[in-house]
Amino acid sequence: MLTKRIIPCLDIKNGRTVKGVNFVDLRDAGDPVELAAIYAQNGADELVFLDISATEEKRKTLSELVMRVAEKVNIPFTVGGGISSVEDVELLLNSGADKVSINSSAVKNPQLINELAAKFGSQCIVVAIDAKQINGEWIVHLVGGKVPTDIKLFDWAKEVEQRGAGEILFTSMDHDGTKNGFANEALAKLGTLVNIPIIASGGAGNTQHFVDTFIDGKADAALAASVFHFKEIDIMDLKQELKNNNIAIRI
Amino acid sequence: MKIVIINYGAGNIQSIKFAIRRLGFEAILSDDIEEIRTADKVIFPGVGEASSAMKKLKSTKLDAVIPTLKQPVLGICLGMQLMCNYCEEGDTKGLGIFDVDVVKFNNTLKVPQIGWNQIYNLKSELFEGIAENEYMYLVHSYYVPMNDEAIATTEYGLKYASALQNANFCGVQFHPEKSGDVGEQILKNFLNL
Repeated sequence: MLTKRIIPCLDIKNGRTVKGVNFVDLRDAGDPVELAAIYAQNGADELVFLDISATEEKRKTLSELVMRVAEKVNIPFTVGGGISSVEDVELLLNSGADKVSINSSAVKNPQLINELAAKFGSQCIVVAIDAKQINGEWIVHLVGGKVPTDIKLFDWAKEVEQRGAGEILFTSMDHDGTKNGFANEALAKLGTLVNIPIIASGGAGNTQHFVDTFIDGKADAALAASVFHFKEIDIMDLKQELKNNNIAIRI
Repeated sequence: MKIVIINYGAGNIQSIKFAIRRLGFEAILSDDIEEIRTADKVIFPGVGEASSAMKKLKSTKLDAVIPTLKQPVLGICLGMQLMCNYCEEGDTKGLGIFDVDVVKFNNTLKVPQIGWNQIYNLKSELFEGIAENEYMYLVHSYYVPMNDEAIATTEYGLKYASALQNANFCGVQFHPEKSGDVGEQILKNFLNL
């Protein structure tokens, strides 16, 4: 049976992890490669690297990091953050990334999704969508949720599927950082509207939140950062708890 | 041991090269017919779309070479699908090594299937030391129906063949290079064939 996926997300700046991580057994807590290898050993099903640096050296640094991760880590990983062209994607995939995630660039130029899917296949194109509710309506936002667009979440999700996205990474900006649980109502609705896998993101605070997003939110995968980095949730314990709730999970 | 990964412009071959390095071997990426013919082990990777991958293969004339290879050959993901008779994707004629047609998953399922799923009914030395129902990482929209050459079975809405073998040719739908330690063991088994 296909299992639900648990995905730690690592924020990267200039080739280093940002946000503190609380891994006492790490030689170098800022080294994304070492952190990634530990997650892979501890039961993570996939990893996401989100590059938040904005320097001119960015592309080179990121592709070098991707290659070092691919060398060491034996589970799939996705790379996102500022990817805006076929050339960007080609460089990252050739360096060993399994998937790339695009966000603002897809909103600004939706045709990019078609181009990437045609050239590299839908299976490696994740479209990340950040949204928050305005007057009861889910609206797509850019720049980490700071800039609202006039695009509605559910319309956009259907459009990215039609254009060839292989997966949707949906972050609720209303839930992100709150540790109050995922946006399960919106996730469940997304699940009825599109026929591609959906990764839930934003709001993870405890184990029950993961149970809820898989059962109520019908999510295919759940992504979180700080609860894993600060060891508030151990992935193995989490997976056991999910299994106890009859959720298909790889242990 | 000379290990050649067939290089025909298919995506993500770095990961396979790195996985082999983690096992203590070095693989060569090559599209050179002589280099491939003289290898001890040949890996035929593939990520992307079937018809364009087949076009690339034809442009290097490797489509005629692969079916004549005598050493152990391992097709991975799209590589395995291209070794079949026919792929529904892009209406693509395959290499005819495996006597089966590749078809698309029913759209009542989420397509592509992305994630970890179990393999069972394991029937080859390729799976030496691998327990039934181990989890493998899969990403695909098209599948190989059950057939006589199946050496592993997976379920996604229906039972399908997640690995095939015909003489010296093996194919796996999953990505052993991305399936943790268990996947690496399968690669190691292949190198030991």
